[in-house]
Amino acid sequence: MSSNSYFVIVGTRDNPLYEAEFGPASRGDGGGHQKKDEHKHLNQFIVHAALDVVDDLMWGTNAMYLKVVDKFNEWFISAYVTASGTRFMLLHDAPNQDGIRNFFQDTHELYIKTLLNPFTETNATLTSPTLDTKIRALARKWL
Amino acid sequence: MSQQATRSSSSHAKRPPILERNLAKGRSNEVSLSALAFLFCEMLSYATKKSSGIQDMEKKLSDFGYRVGLRTLELIIFRDRPGRRDTRLLNVLTFIHSTVWKTLFGKPADALEKGTDNEDEYMISDNEPNVTKFIAVPKEMSQLSCGAFIGGIVEAVLDGSGFVSAPSDFTPRTKVSYNVYDLGRQS
Repeated sequence: MSSNSYFVIVGTRDNPLYEAEFGPASRGDGGGHQKKDEHKHLNQFIVHAALDVVDDLMWGTNAMYLKVVDKFNEWFISAYVTASGTRFMLLHDAPNQDGIRNFFQDTHELYIKTLLNPFTETNATLTSPTLDTKIRALARKWL
Repeated sequence: MSQQATRSSSSHAKRPPILERNLAKGRSNEVSLSALAFLFCEMLSYATKKSSGIQDMEKKLSDFGYRVGLRTLELIIFRDRPGRRDTRLLNVLTFIHSTVWKTLFGKPADALEKGTDNEDEYMISDNEPNVTKFIAVPKEMSQLSCGAFIGGIVEAVLDGSGFVSAPSDFTPRTKVSYNVYDLGRQS
């Protein structure tokens, strides 16, 4: 519930469709805040590097939830692949398999609902504020 | 998209926003065949107006079908096999032949065959596709097959599952046949 996480939905062309960061609500001390800002841009690189591993693993198994696929320093990367090749990546520091699996499944359902809108183009960024609110609520519930 | 009975009076009620609707199958998600046929007619006349020839029109219909197919793939997998996806070509083809056809058209496709002259050619046949049941093709466009729409759906399902495919032939009224190139991923 209190771990820091960074969640990305990656399209089939390795482009991020949606990004969000979750973490503990309060950031009291300025020192801690600064440290987190330094690592923010690294998150994209770490997830991008993990995409290669996901690409290898996704053809080996029938499952959608590929648990922890990569590790970087103290961060773990978990992945989930949908039927049409969209990848959901979560960068987190505390492994919590069940919660993460449920989070991915609920987010997948929201993604399908967004996709059913005929005005969303494939591989388009998902900018709906309602979607954002819902994903954050799911993150608070499961992570 | 199914052949069963129509929706009731809920069409006038305020619908919940898209992210709060239920994805599970149910009576409220079914549409009548007449509504579908009407929509398809309009799609065809739109495509006729905007395109310059038969090839172009088939491509347009195929594009329409592609957009439907992507969403269909995700939705069917979500409803029928949550948490598992197909990685092998034959499984995907069988999936299309039975589940996709049954969900979209109410009955499984009539046959799934492997082409004899070409290693990577497969054919899915449907003797009476119900989207084209009410379409009459004029003589000067007899080369046209409205099955291009269905072909687009199949192409999207194959594409989404990771197999590159190119339609090789739409025999009017019956077969949809595909060259499927598997990029060496399966053993």
